Amino acid sequence: MSLSDAFKELTSRPARTVSGVGERVGDMPRVARWSLIALFVVSLYLMPWWPEVPLLGWLVDTPGTSFEGVITDKVVIYVLVALGLNVVVGLAGLLDLGYVGFYAVGAYTLGVLSSQHANLPWLLCVPIAVAVSMISGVVLGTPTLRLRGDYLAIVTLGFGEIIRISANNADWLGGSRGISKIAKPPNIGPLKFGILDAKPYFFLGLTIIIVVVFFLRRLEHSRVGRAWNAVREDEDAAELMGVNTFKFKLWAFAIGAAIGGLAGTLYAGKVRFINPSNFPLQLSILFLAAVVLGGTGNMWGAILGGAVVAWMPERFRNFADKRVFVFGVALVLVMVFRPQGLIPRKIRKERWLANWKPPQRTPQFGETGTGRG
Amino acid sequence: MKKTRLVRVAALAVSLAVVGVACGDDDDTGSTEDTTAAAEDTATADTTAAAGVTCAEGTSIAFFGALSGDAGNLGQNIKKGAELAVVQFNAANAGCQVTLKEFDSQGSPDQAPALATQAIEDASILGIVGPAFSGESKAVNPLFDEAGLSIITPSATNEALNDNGWKIFHRALAGDDKQGPGVVAYIKNKLAAATVGVIDDATEYGKGIADIVREGLGDAVVASDSIDPAAADFSAAVSKMKDAAPAAIFYGGYYAEAGKLAKQLRDAGVEATLVFGDGVKDNGFIEAAGPAAEGSIITCTCSDGASNAEFAAAYGEQFPGETPQTYAAEAYDSANAFLAAIASGAADRAAVLAFLKSYDVAGVTKQIKWDETGEVAGNAVYSYKVEGGAIVVEGLIE
Amino acid sequence: MSDWLIYRTFWDLTVTGVALGAIYALVALGYTLVYGVLRLINFAHSEVFMVGTFATLITATNFIGIPLIEEGNYPYRTGITLVAVLLACIVGGMVVSGAGAVLLERVAYRPLRGSGEHVGAVVLAFASAFTVSLIFTGSTRTNIIIGLVGTAPLAVLYLRIFRRGRSAPRLAFLISAIGASTAVAEAVAIWGPRDREQYQTSRVLEKRVLFEFLGTDVRIDYVLVIVGALLMLTALVLFVNRTRLGRGVRAVAQDVETARILGVNVDFVILVTFLLGGVMAGAAAMMFTLVYDQTRFNIGFLLGVKSFTAAVLGGIGNLRGALLGGLVLGLGENYGAALFGGQWKDVIAFVLLLTVLMFRPTGILGESLAKARV
Repeated sequence: MSLSDAFKELTSRPARTVSGVGERVGDMPRVARWSLIALFVVSLYLMPWWPEVPLLGWLVDTPGTSFEGVITDKVVIYVLVALGLNVVVGLAGLLDLGYVGFYAVGAYTLGVLSSQHANLPWLLCVPIAVAVSMISGVVLGTPTLRLRGDYLAIVTLGFGEIIRISANNADWLGGSRGISKIAKPPNIGPLKFGILDAKPYFFLGLTIIIVVVFFLRRLEHSRVGRAWNAVREDEDAAELMGVNTFKFKLWAFAIGAAIGGLAGTLYAGKVRFINPSNFPLQLSILFLAAVVLGGTGNMWGAILGGAVVAWMPERFRNFADKRVFVFGVALVLVMVFRPQGLIPRKIRKERWLANWKPPQRTPQFGETGTGRG
Repeated sequence: MKKTRLVRVAALAVSLAVVGVACGDDDDTGSTEDTTAAAEDTATADTTAAAGVTCAEGTSIAFFGALSGDAGNLGQNIKKGAELAVVQFNAANAGCQVTLKEFDSQGSPDQAPALATQAIEDASILGIVGPAFSGESKAVNPLFDEAGLSIITPSATNEALNDNGWKIFHRALAGDDKQGPGVVAYIKNKLAAATVGVIDDATEYGKGIADIVREGLGDAVVASDSIDPAAADFSAAVSKMKDAAPAAIFYGGYYAEAGKLAKQLRDAGVEATLVFGDGVKDNGFIEAAGPAAEGSIITCTCSDGASNAEFAAAYGEQFPGETPQTYAAEAYDSANAFLAAIASGAADRAAVLAFLKSYDVAGVTKQIKWDETGEVAGNAVYSYKVEGGAIVVEGLIE
Repeated sequence: MSDWLIYRTFWDLTVTGVALGAIYALVALGYTLVYGVLRLINFAHSEVFMVGTFATLITATNFIGIPLIEEGNYPYRTGITLVAVLLACIVGGMVVSGAGAVLLERVAYRPLRGSGEHVGAVVLAFASAFTVSLIFTGSTRTNIIIGLVGTAPLAVLYLRIFRRGRSAPRLAFLISAIGASTAVAEAVAIWGPRDREQYQTSRVLEKRVLFEFLGTDVRIDYVLVIVGALLMLTALVLFVNRTRLGRGVRAVAQDVETARILGVNVDFVILVTFLLGGVMAGAAAMMFTLVYDQTRFNIGFLLGVKSFTAAVLGGIGNLRGALLGGLVLGLGENYGAALFGGQWKDVIAFVLLLTVLMFRPTGILGESLAKARV
């Protein structure tokens, strides 16, 4: 990494990852930019009241189920999971079909430590759970990350299933009965984490997401982020250029796993009951669909994808059992018309590159064209 | 290039807008079904409510459980039972029209909490018939408990459910801890089987009841295995049973897998008497197993809804061509308990809960009376036998 | 005790394991072929199999008129009629699965590869119009009418978009296949006559014991499955190795661009690859219903995952590898389930895969469709 790169790193404005909007916001004067961002964040915190806003409410409200409950139990969780999976799939280019395994590890660690075998407080359990998920990521990654892309896919898929079946059959983990009465977060000032009111959990989840987004953005634009870029675009070339590809792939796996585990603790702490049927194989595929739907490799895309995949089926409850079908058709259509996802990744333009146009769109995730890699 | 994008974006925008507009229109119908319209069809007199009571407009009770998804069938049975009770009540009480609302959880603990919150926020709902399954019960009963919204589950039989101290919890049938000993007694006394094989499906319900049976039979269990219900092939378990050749085989699980298992056992030449728990008491079992089901024994803490002629007739009238399936009669009794509370003048959730505590009425299935944990009095277990392609009641297990 | 058990039931487990493994192998061939040529996991292949089981069911029950299981009443007990009925069933499964696979390629894959695609545009146009109409009305007939009305204008629009040269990242193919797979399975669940319930398939032949093998009864259906799978595989190997088209498949598998330059019609070869995979899955579907007499809308999912595991185990892209992988997986699962209990079956399968990949990172036989060592 050259000195000028490092300098640019320090001085560069927020990444213009969101096409159009992001660039425009980025070009605004500092004050306007920050007030706009602040306004956006505040409106996110007001999300539980969105259904009462005239037009917006009609658009987002979930008939037949509680909007507040949906955004807390599903949207926040899925967004967090999508952010984590995006590190693995989008940034490092590793196809992970068993991501639900890490989510389960996080949830189960909290369950075991705060209810099943000990009564540790939530605040203590969460860091442990995140650490355990991270370690499980390393344990799975060390032997498997030497495998090529598609082998990795089936191995991770197997890992997710092994976690679920083991939890189902190990009485130590509650077996198929699951674990109930899991610890909830402690009250923070006016935020009372009760049973009925979902709002405190939502605020907590949103705050965690913002922190994770901030952390990931720093990471993406650091040396690690560039190494991931290199690994994703061409692993052999990266290796030749002296990037320790294995190490960085393992990092991606571990960080992704940690975020997945964090999402798991958030879910378990809210619902306070988990059992193995919370973590089916299909959920992994749904998570992957969220990331790709939003735009692989783009954090904002992952957030949008996670939110849409979580919220859409609840919004369309009146479809009853047809909604999964609709979801399938929608997936095909989005992929056919927007193969890069709803918010495609923009290759970050450095200032000196601003006038340089690549001859064509840079391929992602292996190769393009016929799909051969 | 620019034009392409424009076209594409425009196409996407148009279709999204269409979707958005259209969905908005349907909001009102939501998941609520108004059953009052069908009231005229039923002339059967209501047994629990005094004629002509009045209550606040919009008073409702709710069904909570799976109506769609893999387990949707059982939920439909329950909903129909409850619906029949509501329709009869409304026909008898012009001044009190009760609505049955539906909350379709698809049996998933993932979706259930948000639905439960919605039910709690709807102040017109005075009681819940459900939640249908044990897993979702654990996820949402704390919420109902906090809100003081009474529940009567017609189907969640996990024995640990009533140990949670939920004051709002009631169930209309005995738990698995009552059923298990019934199975053991039947195998020991009625079948007099010296050797027994036990298989379960590694689910909460299936393994739970199979473990009780394993414990109760002790040394008589000569072979034991679990299967993965999602798989199609059970040949490892079948080989084990074939090798041990027990006189009877108990399977803890649900009807679809029971059907597959029965068929594969018979095809492999296993001739043991097959014994099942209440999860198999569904016509789906006979359809899945075909002739292999013949002679199988099914135990259930549920009584035979079809054997109560009056109930069966009313059911057939309300849902032409159908006979009451598993849990429909329990759901009918559950809904009637709530309707009796409403008829007694209970206008809020606390009053309904208080009313249920002293409820003691002969229902279609049994005497409905709850102890302080919400467990129904009495622990009758019935046995059924598959004969000539139908599930026929044998009687009470002693 | 359990090691004695596996000793006593060893040959029993072997026979059933080989039969299940043969079915895995036939389905695995579809994954292997498509992977060999396109380097894509064809996630929707499981639904191709599922559709095949329904085709067999309809052929046997509705076309031939065999009643659903009635003990001791097999209308076609022996002889040429039985063979003809079996053949009709397998052909029914193969035709529908093959067509399904081809349609899938044109709808969910080809539009992403950037070739203008009429069939894909029309099907997608119908699907989107139909789906949008679901919002307005629950009446299936109205939905179909709205779908048909919307098809023409939308298809024109879609085709215009497809025509412009475009390319999609590989993940897009995967997700589009997952979407198609979900949609097909759900469509069967929603509009099938028995919804999400299990379907029984009629019993075509009496499952009697054919011979005894080392103290184990070997049933006729198992023999048919094993022999059938071997025949299908041999035919496929011969096709890929000996015919002109097969050479095309191998050429594309080796290098798309060179093959194109040398005059191979790449799109056609890809179509043929899907067709072959579909036909194999159709045969597997018929054999599956022969042994298990049942199907369901989600029957393909787990079987697909297992078959893909088998393909990777043997060396994806390798035809013989698919057979070997299928057999190893079927046997390993069965022995493992007898040793550790049936609930661990899937864990055993995946641990087996992990172990093999540790020592042979490209599967037991390695990847080789291109190298023609089939």
